[in-house]
Amino acid sequence: MSIIYVLIPLGLLVLGSAVAAFFWAVRSGQFDDLESPAWRILLDDDRAPPQPEGPPKIEPR
Amino acid sequence: MASCCSKKCFHCKGQLPQNPIQVEVSDTTLLTCSEQCAETTRNIAHAGLMSFYEHRSEPSTASDERQKPVTSWESFERPAVMRQFVRDAGNEEKIADLLIQGVHCAACTWLIENSLGRRTGVRSIEVNPVTTRAALRWNPAEVRLAELLQEIARLGYTPVPFTEQAIHAATDKDARLALRRLLLAGLGMMEVSGYAVAMYAGAFQGMDPSIHEFFRLISMLVATPVVLYSGAPFFAGCWRAMKSRRMTMDVPVGLAIAAAYFASVWNTFTGSGEVYFDSATMFVFFLSGTRYLEAAGRHRAFDLTHALAQHIPSTTVRLRETGREEVGVLELEQGDVVLVPKGSAFPADGVLLDSGAEIDESMLTGESIPVLREAGDTVAAGTLNAGCNALRVSVDRIGSDTVLAQIGRLVMQASNDRPELLQLTDRVASVFVSAVLLIAFVTAIVWWQIDPSQTFPIILSVLVVTCPCALALATPAALTVATTVLARRGFLIRRGQALHALAQVNHMVFDKTGTLTENALQIERTVAGKDTDEEAALNIAAALEASSAHPIARAFRNQTNITPANELLHIPGGGLEGRVDGQIFRIGTAEFAGALNAAHGNELRISNPNTRTIYLGSQSGLLARFEIAEKLRAGTPALLRHLQALGIQSTIASGDHPAVVRALANRIGASDCHGGMLPEQKLALVKELQSRGEIVAAVGDGINDSPVLAGANVSIAMGNGTSIAQHSADCIWLGNQLTGMESAFVMARRTMGVVRQNIAWALVYNLTAIPLAVAGLLDPWMAALGMSLSSLLVMLNALRLGIPAANEEHENSAAHARNRELPVEIAT
Repeated sequence: MSIIYVLIPLGLLVLGSAVAAFFWAVRSGQFDDLESPAWRILLDDDRAPPQPEGPPKIEPR
Repeated sequence: MASCCSKKCFHCKGQLPQNPIQVEVSDTTLLTCSEQCAETTRNIAHAGLMSFYEHRSEPSTASDERQKPVTSWESFERPAVMRQFVRDAGNEEKIADLLIQGVHCAACTWLIENSLGRRTGVRSIEVNPVTTRAALRWNPAEVRLAELLQEIARLGYTPVPFTEQAIHAATDKDARLALRRLLLAGLGMMEVSGYAVAMYAGAFQGMDPSIHEFFRLISMLVATPVVLYSGAPFFAGCWRAMKSRRMTMDVPVGLAIAAAYFASVWNTFTGSGEVYFDSATMFVFFLSGTRYLEAAGRHRAFDLTHALAQHIPSTTVRLRETGREEVGVLELEQGDVVLVPKGSAFPADGVLLDSGAEIDESMLTGESIPVLREAGDTVAAGTLNAGCNALRVSVDRIGSDTVLAQIGRLVMQASNDRPELLQLTDRVASVFVSAVLLIAFVTAIVWWQIDPSQTFPIILSVLVVTCPCALALATPAALTVATTVLARRGFLIRRGQALHALAQVNHMVFDKTGTLTENALQIERTVAGKDTDEEAALNIAAALEASSAHPIARAFRNQTNITPANELLHIPGGGLEGRVDGQIFRIGTAEFAGALNAAHGNELRISNPNTRTIYLGSQSGLLARFEIAEKLRAGTPALLRHLQALGIQSTIASGDHPAVVRALANRIGASDCHGGMLPEQKLALVKELQSRGEIVAAVGDGINDSPVLAGANVSIAMGNGTSIAQHSADCIWLGNQLTGMESAFVMARRTMGVVRQNIAWALVYNLTAIPLAVAGLLDPWMAALGMSLSSLLVMLNALRLGIPAANEEHENSAAHARNRELPVEIAT
């Protein structure tokens, strides 16, 4: 059973990184607006605007 | 894409006029109702963002004639104006905090973000569709702010500087901290519970003592940050309450968490007894969870009110000897002369320099018809120039000295000395805590006599067993569910206290204009003389009024098929004169309209104080009479009937003419009414009702109602009212009709019922457990199980509120139908 002395601290490490990740997410404002991101993916549009006059731009790939 | 044959404006879905304006988009022709709508549609199409129209959930805001289109966005770049809403972001970039009026849904934010995001110099723009707030980050070296604001305006929205960012930043920070606490408590609870399961299993199947010891240590390691970080608000609340010698629910909660935690720590180090880390973390998580949800619902309501539609414009035109210049309002000084265009709000309190001004003072008085003011009269900041000419005003007071600001202070004062209803749980808590402490004390003395070595463990088990989980959850759980359910019906609760008060209300005070009635006027009755018929009279009147911004003029807008009059002349205090089909007509007061030929049509004259009457006249005398009245909000009499059934009396308090108020009260069946009241008098009325022992709910929409809203036991602001009214109210009703509002009272009463049941159950549980713990008979696992079960029961009981009661069924479906129009839905 002594493996538990390794596994549990490992589990704590995972817990610690999860907490750190959540804190980072909260601090960077990812939980501030829980509504519009859900819409944004539906609204994303690939119909490009009419290109203004001039030589057509070539999108770098 | 919409077809060319639809009868509604493509952009704002308003009624199409006779000659709609055509917009060519790729291969289709779209019809719009005005030049402004057409321009906006063209701009959106040009930017390649037409899919906005497919995804939006509501039609866009039509261009309102009262909304002054800002001519020059350059004035927003003046240092004095910029200082208010622009902050440095480092890297030579700046962030502007804006409110964007006209944003309804996620499609609107998409439109703005996409079109501005492409501009060079714009680093980022984020628009929140709920609060309509936007943070625009740009580099001033690459693009000017004025250009970006212009771009937003071109899409049909109005950007307004948001000057309350300091307040808002604080609430944002609080919300983030609460979320971090909740997340930590949740993760910690899961971890500690896992170890607890292992330890319980070990207790039955046998466990190596060193491993058992290890689990205890690890549990302590995880529980410590949860208790200290996530539990901090409870300890702080506990400390505050003890310092001010008040008993709130935070006291037993804080004591229980501390007792469970420190008992466990003690037992971990001495290797004796039981550890309660799992109970402690779970308790912290549940409590943080209910508090977070409750606060989130309230924040939503706060956010709505923070979307301040500004009453005072941020820039104005100052007249100097050298000419006119556009300046920020804060730059104005006493004695400056400003020019206020028609339809705009006055930027400061001042003295009129022009005569014949018609001023819309509805913001202050609730009176919907503009009043006539002459040179030398004073005007208040925020009131509107409703006449046909621009007015010159000599500035007297600006900013915090204006009448508007004074009302703001009156609101603050009234809300400070409103009678607070003592919270039920706090009352129970005070008895409960004293009892627990007394019992613990007595137990300590008794066990000290019997067996001193047993005293400490038994005291700890008494304190832990009395852990008032269920009691602490009883109120917040019920309030959270009720707040969410009501929010879904369009009734937003801004203060937790509101539900307590709503349940006890037995008198309701209504404002008239904007609350019981809509802000628009309508033609109640048309009486034509013998020379003409009603339809013809209406058409002539509509032709005369077509280009006027006067509220009465808008009552005639329904008439189609008109050609606007020419040679239009506006006589302040009289009416309008103009030529229709070659003939001179006058519309206005009887004296004015009849002056062309005083001999004929005088039989049309009446003096009925209940309605406002205007006359149409020509050179052959008076032709017709129009009786104008405010449009009653749908469902008003029904609401009053429902309230009566609930035992709630209704009183109307209005700034309008007493006779008009009396007529309305009779029509809708209000029990009492008062007209001609100033904001202070309304507040005095509420105070007097309260001194008679009545619990008063006030409903209003205007700035003039805000002192009353702040002074009543509980207050409800209309969702389409002014933001200052919403700021001072406890609740916001988003519905357009008034029916359905009574369901909030029903729900509040049910909620208080559930709270009482929950408290009763929690007390029963604790009362049975305490004697057992005192006698030293309770095993720790029994205490843990009992605690969890009683908390669960309380939560489930609270969830019952989400199920509509039998007699609420029909209201619920009605509310559901209404729900589709609501701008916000509270997600849970």
